[in-house]
Amino acid sequence: MAVKRIISPLDPGVIKTLCVGDMVSLSGRIITGRDQVHKYLAEGGTPPIDLTGLVIYHCGPIVVEENGRWKITAAGPTTSMREEPYEAEIISRLRPGAIMGKGGMGEKTRKALKDCVCVYLHATGGAAQYLAQRIAKVEAVYLTEFGQPEAMWVLDVKDLPAMVTMDSHGRSLHSNIQEESLKNLNAVYEHPFLRKGQN
Amino acid sequence: MDTSRLKTSMHELIRRTCTILPEDIIQALQEACRAELSGSIAEETLEIILKSTSLSSTTGLPICQDTGAILAIIEGQPDKTVFLVEEAIKDSVKTLTKEGTLRKNCVDPITEKNTDDNIGAFVPQIHFEPKEGPTLVSIMLKGGGSENMSAQYSLPLQRIQAGRDLEGVRRCILDSVHQAQGQGCAPGVLGVCIGGDRASGYLIAKKQLFRKLDDRNPSPLLASLEQTVFGEANTLGIGPMGLGGKTTLLGVKIGTAGRHPASYFVTVSYSCWATRRSTVELDAEGGITRWL
Repeated sequence: MAVKRIISPLDPGVIKTLCVGDMVSLSGRIITGRDQVHKYLAEGGTPPIDLTGLVIYHCGPIVVEENGRWKITAAGPTTSMREEPYEAEIISRLRPGAIMGKGGMGEKTRKALKDCVCVYLHATGGAAQYLAQRIAKVEAVYLTEFGQPEAMWVLDVKDLPAMVTMDSHGRSLHSNIQEESLKNLNAVYEHPFLRKGQN
Repeated sequence: MDTSRLKTSMHELIRRTCTILPEDIIQALQEACRAELSGSIAEETLEIILKSTSLSSTTGLPICQDTGAILAIIEGQPDKTVFLVEEAIKDSVKTLTKEGTLRKNCVDPITEKNTDDNIGAFVPQIHFEPKEGPTLVSIMLKGGGSENMSAQYSLPLQRIQAGRDLEGVRRCILDSVHQAQGQGCAPGVLGVCIGGDRASGYLIAKKQLFRKLDDRNPSPLLASLEQTVFGEANTLGIGPMGLGGKTTLLGVKIGTAGRHPASYFVTVSYSCWATRRSTVELDAEGGITRWL
């Protein structure tokens, strides 16, 4: 599979070229943000840094301090759907270039991605070591009052693998899979479970 | 009981559970990876998962950044040992959190402050079950994303035409898999409880997850239901991480509990592919005699 190399902050011209199914290799500056950061930003909180074009990574890393420097020991994605109530507002106000997480997002976000030229990147859930290896450096940390996993970590990543599963053209792999699997579910419902000897 | 030896044992039990995926789960992931179409997203996803778990076992770092909610079950004679084991578990949890093996995963729901040491009200969750013979300690680290996908059904349930029989149970389990999509980090393992009440249902369902993937349910009827649901769930096409593919589940384990005549609960505990659980047997000094 051909891999597209992209650099955060992302340019709208680049975002438009990304389509559902594309594998990407992400480098550059990204920020982490999960439940508390999303609630804070969606309710009008001031972002500690300019988020224009940046990748917002749904991730609560494990971080330890070693000789006065931060070290990430694990950093896979968290479930994105929890941010569905907030994400569209954040995308339209703060104009990030991409949202990255796992499991995909809903209709409100899909519309915001299209309206604001943004993209959703899917990283492999649970692959915390494989992904942590792609973090070259912790640049800074903000909003530490939300606790270590919930703070906004500014990371410098190199060649982080992800897949485009919702694009800026309104397409979503997640809603396709949802629909297809519902058809398959209804098909298996056709054959009831019977105890042996029952007909 | 030698308390320092016991602490070393509990530290090792939790550390290994957090960093080394059980062999049966790794094997199931490897088989799944071979079964997916060559060059598919599903195969690629499973390859990344296998590479990441191999890295975690060699580096001694956590399999997942979400080191989960900690469940401990102590089985043995009801004597002072139980208190010592409980204390050793809490002590090890604090140490492993400080060392960066466990993430700071306990938040006070009222103040919204992280307790920073993984200790809080009812956290970690520790249960004791009286039993003859040597003390056994089991640990499960269950990811929050998968816990959120767990579900309880009260039958009859019109939405999915689930009546109070095993066909109704089957419909509930399959519905839970469809509802979860990839959000519980598929391919998952399901622990199921038929019966019980709202509280016992979830605990008994979760305890099914301690069963190895290749064990066979002693009840032929439940064994058949487990196999049927497992096979059918894997035809849904949800696939690894919900991105499509043949592997949606790695296993289904079903247990039962007596029910009140008015209630018929089906409880599904969804565990992510990173199903982390271990059990050790302790000697009288608190040392580990074997891993079960």
